[in-house]
Amino acid sequence: MKFTLNGETREIAVNPATRLIDVLREEFGLTGTKEGCGEGECGACTVLIDGEPVCSCIIPVSQVASAEVTTIEWLNGGHPLQKLFMDEVGAQCGICTPGMIMAALSLGPAPTLDDVRTALAGNLCRCTGYAAIYRAVLKWRGMPLEDGAGGAVVA
Amino acid sequence: MRSATSLDDALRILRDERRTPVAGATDLYVALNFGTLEQKRFLDIWAVEELRGISERGDMLVLGALATYTSLIRSPLVARRLPMLVEAARQVGGVQIQNRGTVGGNIANGSPAGDSLPVLAAADAVVVLRSVDGERRVLLTQYYTGYRATVMRPDELIVAIEVPPVEGKQWFRKVGTRAAQAISKIVMAGVRSSHPRIAFGSVAPTVVRVSRTERVLASTGDIDEGAGVLAEEIAPIDDIRSTAEYRLRVATNLLRRFWAETS
Repeated sequence: MKFTLNGETREIAVNPATRLIDVLREEFGLTGTKEGCGEGECGACTVLIDGEPVCSCIIPVSQVASAEVTTIEWLNGGHPLQKLFMDEVGAQCGICTPGMIMAALSLGPAPTLDDVRTALAGNLCRCTGYAAIYRAVLKWRGMPLEDGAGGAVVA
Repeated sequence: MRSATSLDDALRILRDERRTPVAGATDLYVALNFGTLEQKRFLDIWAVEELRGISERGDMLVLGALATYTSLIRSPLVARRLPMLVEAARQVGGVQIQNRGTVGGNIANGSPAGDSLPVLAAADAVVVLRSVDGERRVLLTQYYTGYRATVMRPDELIVAIEVPPVEGKQWFRKVGTRAAQAISKIVMAGVRSSHPRIAFGSVAPTVVRVSRTERVLASTGDIDEGAGVLAEEIAPIDDIRSTAEYRLRVATNLLRRFWAETS
């Protein structure tokens, strides 16, 4: 089957029931995508399919035929959001970070704190307490670090 | 696993071979990863575009079986006709799950905790089943025959859900351990009209309409009496997510809140 992976057309012959995450990590060596819970709860394995975040641990690879799959490797380490995650210490152990960043990429141009929380509700982090992550994402979009009521909640 | 690219193709395969349809895989692949999935042969129907639409046919709102929660949330038609379904869809998992989970899949999976099911039960929704031999329609409230048991035959596929016009104020509430990513401890949908329609999830082996409670509320309008009947009418159980006692208490609280907020 054929699909687009990080901008390049790829063709593979695998069992169509294989999980997308296994194809990414084992067939293509793209180990930036992490497996956390294996049940679609933690979001560590988040990649984009046609621009929409999904959990790659619960998707059969057959479902990306002709689709466009984007992983953390596509950012090549130099994306402003990656730098902000480092500067704001939005990454500690790092397991959730690639999934957090991929989920955040789908946000619109001017997200509120509430939008960021909703977009990242499917991504669990056990280290940071989330504030640093929300800060990184809001700074990336040039948005104020407060909620609609004006209370500074992530500063 | 085989993949179907058209509805005809899918129905022919289901006629000839016993296979479990896979939509967004958000339930099936969890079971697969945990080794608890009994089925071994699958039919991937994700690419069957004709099952994806949301439309109006006559006075019916028609949800294609492959309509995702994200598409329900984004649909102006669903927002106008069935806002309680939008509310339910927003509370299903995180964005990643909303992007893949489908309304047909929620019905087929048949978990008593399925978030869309009380909404569809309260709305008198109809499940449209199709096989190569034709189509039949079953009320969602008559679709389940027991815990994860349904009237669907192995050669049939859920193709759509039809929702008649809903008169009255719609209300939805899910109680879980957190807002997103939590399987519900209890979930309720209600429609406030001269004959209130009330459905609960996670209080019985299947989603349930509480018809005795509905009748009492319709005839007396007395919420204390309604709450008393509800406590007799449902029999929740203890399980990993909650206790029977908690669920009973919260169910009556939800009923009272529904009644207060829709008055």
